[in-house]
Amino acid sequence: MSSPVRKLEAVTELKPKPMVAIDDVTMAFGSFVAVQNVNLKVGDGEFLSIVGPTGCGKSTILNAIAGLLKPAEGKVSIDGIAVQGVQNNIGYLFQQDALLPWKTAFQNVELGLMFRGVPEEERRAKVFAWLEKVGLKGFGDRFPHQLSGGQRKRVQMAQALITGPKVILMDEPFSALDIHTRHLMQNELLRLWQEDRRAVVMITHDLEEAIALGDRVVVLAAGPKSRVIESFPVDLERPRNVAEIKLDPKFMTLYRDIWASLRGEVEKSYASR
Amino acid sequence: MQAVNIRIIQIVLLVVLLGGWQLGVTSGAIDRFFFPAPYDIVKQVIAWVSDTGFYKHVGITLSETVLGYIIGTGLGVGAGVWLGLSPFVARVLDPFIKAVNAIPRVVLAPIFVLWLGLGLWSKVALAVTLVFFVTFFNAMQGVREVNPVVLSNTRILGARRSDLLRHVYFPAAATWILSSLRTSVGFAVVGAIIGEYLGASAGLGYLIARSEGNFDAVGVFAGIIILAVFVLIIDLILDFAEKRLITWRPNAGEERPA
Repeated sequence: MSSPVRKLEAVTELKPKPMVAIDDVTMAFGSFVAVQNVNLKVGDGEFLSIVGPTGCGKSTILNAIAGLLKPAEGKVSIDGIAVQGVQNNIGYLFQQDALLPWKTAFQNVELGLMFRGVPEEERRAKVFAWLEKVGLKGFGDRFPHQLSGGQRKRVQMAQALITGPKVILMDEPFSALDIHTRHLMQNELLRLWQEDRRAVVMITHDLEEAIALGDRVVVLAAGPKSRVIESFPVDLERPRNVAEIKLDPKFMTLYRDIWASLRGEVEKSYASR
Repeated sequence: MQAVNIRIIQIVLLVVLLGGWQLGVTSGAIDRFFFPAPYDIVKQVIAWVSDTGFYKHVGITLSETVLGYIIGTGLGVGAGVWLGLSPFVARVLDPFIKAVNAIPRVVLAPIFVLWLGLGLWSKVALAVTLVFFVTFFNAMQGVREVNPVVLSNTRILGARRSDLLRHVYFPAAATWILSSLRTSVGFAVVGAIIGEYLGASAGLGYLIARSEGNFDAVGVFAGIIILAVFVLIIDLILDFAEKRLITWRPNAGEERPA
């Protein structure tokens, strides 16, 4: 790692000025309350993992931050500014393929800069740099259907990060990939993030992923009316290797503790089906 | 080997069919007034094709088809994208669209002749009414079925409404329109021909109508054959265009696993 690393301590919840602040947020669809009274703060440069059983409304929290959904109650703010409407200063890594199928990898990565009116010369240089950064040098002319699942994920990463977003949101970004590709992509993501630390909110149902990547793991209760039940700081050293960190005794202790908290919720979510 | 066999059987079948027909006519078993001999039809086709005046008719039918297709598609895409994006307007206009679409388009031909005269534009108008609805429904479908995740992603990347139209909605609609290219061009041809058949002074449809007026079955059959070839050539061009235009769509077997 020769790249400049902004050295940051694992940020705690008490950091004075959070990048993302979720205050008493309730997300509801009609009479169905997905999440209720959620309070979360994410510091600048902090990697927050949110775990919870399936169907607990994890994604609605991300969509509230992105401004795609409006909370029924409470308020969300990014860098002190209240979220209103779709946010452009964030990067969102979706679980599904979110690339435009009729644009090449190059054109897809270019979108964010193009919408911001960046001149073409500068755009080209940046896109090529990012394609190289995510290991897709020479793949710029490929259409999404000509790329593998992992390569498409890489394009999505470059697309989301090229605009230098303040906050990166990830919704089970690697769950559709096979296990080896997933480890590869997780390491890749950590490498990119470490070069330029931003606030990250990642949602996952994979506890290993949550611990291996995050600075902090938050456990959500089973839905409906899901809420935050516990928050665990992850004091594992960086840079981390996702495939190897699982053998670290500290990792295993954390896993045991968090799973003790999560297990009850997972069981509840199955019982209510 | 199989392909060659199929080809041979096809040729044999054609020879038997046409030979039988020809034999039937020369032996008097088939009335040549209703079913003229294939030989006479071929002679008529050759006579037309070698006559430069004939290409004026082809040119007119072709321009009616192309104009009808372009105008119909343009209006259809515009209306389809608009209604696809505003469900409220779509709901309001729904019964009217259904009612207009229910009208058999052929009956509109006399009205168009009344409004636009016997010239080119009455045929174009008929073709437009046929093409419009095909593209309209396809464009609307295309816009409505844009993947919401793709849409959210593009909005987060900073797309304004005009950007969404240009980079998401129109391309999405375009794929549906291209997939209906064949149908809509077919409709454009039908519109042009029917228009000519019902009242015109030039065009392939007019040739058929004129022959019919003279009780010239040879001319009618020759006209039909020329029309078939006309449509086949257009089909070949479309095949080529389709392959060139949709480069981003996976061909069978090209899709990669995750």
